[in-house]
Amino acid sequence: MTTQVESRTAAPNRQVLKNVTIRFAGDSGDGVQITGSQFTNTTAIAGNDLATLPDFPAEIRAPAGTLPGVSGFQIQFSSSDIHTPGDQPDVLVAFNPAALKVHVGDLAPNGILICDTSQFDKSHLAKAGYTTNPLEDGSLSKYRLFSVNITEKTLVALRELEALSSREKVRCKNFYALGMAYWLFNRPIETSLRWIEDKFKKMPEIARANVLALKGGYAYCEMTDTFQAVAYEIPPAPTSKGLYRNLSGNEALAMGLVAASARSGLPLFYGAYPITPASDILHELAKHKNFGIVTFQAEDEIAAVAASVGAAFAGSLAVTGSAGPGIALKSEAVSLAVMTELPLVIVDVQRGGPSTGLPTKTEQADLLFTLFGRHGEAPVCLLAPATPGECFFYALEACRLAVKFMTPVYLLSDGYLANGAEPWRIPAAAELPEFPVSFAVNPNGFHPYSRDAKTLSRPWAVPGTPGMEHRIGGIEKREVTGNVSYDPANHEKMTVLRRDKIRRIAAEIPPLVVEGDQDAEILVIGWGSTYGAIRAASELARARGIKVAVAHLRHLCPWPANIGEVLKRYKKVLCPEMNLGQLSLLLRAEFLVDVIGLNKMQGQPFKGREVLNGIINVIDGKPVPQPAEAAGRGESNNECDSGA
Amino acid sequence: MAPETSLPVLTAKDFASDQDIRWCPGCGDYAILNQVRKVMAKMGTSRENTVFVSGIGCSSRFPYYVNTYGFHTIHGRAPAVATGVKMSNPELQVWVITGDGDALSIGGNHLMHALRRNVDLKILLFNNRIYGLTKGQYSPTSEVGKITKSTPFGSLDHPVNPISLALACEATFVARTADIYQQHLQETLKLAASHKGSVFIEILQNCIIFNDGAFKDVTDRANRDDKQVMLEHGRPLIFGKGHDKGLRQNGMEVEVVQLGRDGVTEKDLIVHDAFAQNQALAYMLSRVESPVPMGVFRNITRPSFEMRAHAQIDETMKKYGKGDLDKLLKGKETWTVN
Ligand code: SF4
Repeated sequence: MTTQVESRTAAPNRQVLKNVTIRFAGDSGDGVQITGSQFTNTTAIAGNDLATLPDFPAEIRAPAGTLPGVSGFQIQFSSSDIHTPGDQPDVLVAFNPAALKVHVGDLAPNGILICDTSQFDKSHLAKAGYTTNPLEDGSLSKYRLFSVNITEKTLVALRELEALSSREKVRCKNFYALGMAYWLFNRPIETSLRWIEDKFKKMPEIARANVLALKGGYAYCEMTDTFQAVAYEIPPAPTSKGLYRNLSGNEALAMGLVAASARSGLPLFYGAYPITPASDILHELAKHKNFGIVTFQAEDEIAAVAASVGAAFAGSLAVTGSAGPGIALKSEAVSLAVMTELPLVIVDVQRGGPSTGLPTKTEQADLLFTLFGRHGEAPVCLLAPATPGECFFYALEACRLAVKFMTPVYLLSDGYLANGAEPWRIPAAAELPEFPVSFAVNPNGFHPYSRDAKTLSRPWAVPGTPGMEHRIGGIEKREVTGNVSYDPANHEKMTVLRRDKIRRIAAEIPPLVVEGDQDAEILVIGWGSTYGAIRAASELARARGIKVAVAHLRHLCPWPANIGEVLKRYKKVLCPEMNLGQLSLLLRAEFLVDVIGLNKMQGQPFKGREVLNGIINVIDGKPVPQPAEAAGRGESNNECDSGA
Repeated sequence: MAPETSLPVLTAKDFASDQDIRWCPGCGDYAILNQVRKVMAKMGTSRENTVFVSGIGCSSRFPYYVNTYGFHTIHGRAPAVATGVKMSNPELQVWVITGDGDALSIGGNHLMHALRRNVDLKILLFNNRIYGLTKGQYSPTSEVGKITKSTPFGSLDHPVNPISLALACEATFVARTADIYQQHLQETLKLAASHKGSVFIEILQNCIIFNDGAFKDVTDRANRDDKQVMLEHGRPLIFGKGHDKGLRQNGMEVEVVQLGRDGVTEKDLIVHDAFAQNQALAYMLSRVESPVPMGVFRNITRPSFEMRAHAQIDETMKKYGKGDLDKLLKGKETWTVN
């Protein structure tokens, strides 16, 4: 087949929509993530605002056709500013019965449902737990169902490629489906064509197959009457001028570290051990060795951080990254960095815990651990970006604070930020903050534990510098000289010094900004990746005439100086978090404010609507829905059960 | 490391820091410290380019007593910290001071990986077969049945042989010496200082407080000729007061033979080859318990890890040009909003 497809052929009556949420779902071997990220890149380049939510199983290939093996990718795109990947998909593309079963419940009524009929045979239906074929039994009548034999159509589209096995051909079906989706939403196919050519440079037959599949899917919709009724157009979103790209949180974070190295003049050392969902930072940095970056895949998490501490001592911009289980293992070495006052950035891409927990799902439950999870009084600085794009700027900021204050800094990302993507205005390198570092080189009056009067940081004298030879270590230090000291008064003094040094960082932190209705009764305060859902919810509330103020914390330790004052300005404070209330606990303890928690621990980000419900309940004076309490803890429980 | 000719000649004293040494009087650590300082001076080592990294334990206090850069880290992690130091600045001469508990128990993993990567670290393992700093528990090199505070009825676990372990990790320089062998210790340390790659030296060290005399049988002047064999490259393995005994290979075993008995001559003995690429023979020797082999088991060259890491960086720079931040920020696909 040699269908010539001119991209962006407008259907006669494309209906203009403001925003659409589409979800692709299939087996983890079906190429769903690639389909999703291709749709995302193309959509970004088409000028829409967007947010994505990849959702994949922890197993690389769970048994084919089963419910645990289902992989999904959701994207919301819009002609206006949006903040979340969408509460409810308008379109669901399901590659098999299991994917349908897992996801159809989320599909909006009257939503578009495209199913690959080739997979709806007896055995696949049974694996998904269907006793009858849902495509035929009328159970899907509230959706606009398109039953398409995508697999067969892909084979037809590729029939002239004799060198390929039919198995190889069938693997192109995701690009056939992608072609269909491109036509439905009038996306150009060129970006994906370029990607295919690049990706399969060394396998021209495979490249050709994917190109034909993509074009085939596109042409199929174009030439099929039934699809003319579901042809849409989503105009570009008006955004500020500039050059844009699409960017995921992990990519952004890695680039932020490279930028920090360039803007500080320090060589970057990244020590890590493979772990989901942080590994991509290591992968990304390993690609950019021409920036003078040393990446070290260590034997374990402890070695990864320990080597980073060594690199910091030797004068590198030292960073280690991991997720919960690895962060726990790094704890002792971070204490060493606290005691030796070395600059170290620790990236925690949080995932569902405890233990192995939900490796591929998101959560925000490491806040208290990173803040307090060290032995002794071991204060550190804590930052948390709110969007994938912010991961770039906060990686840079974490490095800046680490070297300026000679301290470990935790950077809290999470699975949702890490894998989610958004359009990002590309800054010029020269616009980025510059923080040239100069090591201590003058032996006159040099003492390893003397302090800068303003920042309280100690001098950074690195091995190789004549006359500055000194010894550091984990044993308590005598102030100024840094000699080993067991003196009780000195220990108290040093403990307080270490705390105060972190407090001094507050002078570098911008005040907490309140967005939305300043005069609202309710303040919604959050941190990290909940920002999108909170913004979306506050806009939904405003549309209903409810005033909402929003404040989002990027600095969790130390706090922005004005936080106490902001909290006290509002009658009610709601704090949505993907944990059991960790920020709430801190705010209540520190500011004696009656913060109301809205908590979700399902490995999925908040939906805008869920936060909206919380806001409405608080305004109405009703209890905020809480996660269901464990049953059978005693009878007295029943009366305080607020239900969920 | 090449001597820094531009610097004034330093003496062992110049390598002494101003800190009071806090080891027990009579501890074997003193002798090792003295030899290290001497070797530093003799080798013309520059203070500013030398770093001592240690873990936790009596021996790990070592860096405080040498007037170079030093980092007293956490239990077992010294090889990992030192790897970071060395990768960050390959110009530095990095020594790791560790003990049997630190290196072989809590830090076993890091030791293994530093050695197999061949990071250019000079690892000195002070083996006293006991936990000293925590006041006397058995260690991974203690003999089975050891009565200690934590094993009042005798320890049960089979000890690890540090030399066998290092050879199994394919360390490029592996040697054994003892705290009281001043001359031999010094010679071995000199070899270590000039070796490019991972150095592993087991130093039999006497803990006078908790395990006094652990090596007396082997190292005492009265016994040593019969209880140990010196490994010298290219020489047959002969030992004994009368130079009358030797080591002969018999299949997969090494056996002790009496020279002159049953027609055994020097020609029948193993000739030591420290430079053999294959470490099989060195490993066989490491398994010999009596006589205890002392000296260099293995001394070969293999590109060190940090050199290869930096060579790779240089190659990428040559191939792709020095990193351009603006280009990186742009990525592959962009679009413009006007
Ligand atoms: S306890 Fe033993 S090893 Fe430790 S300092 Fe004393 S004698 Fe030396």
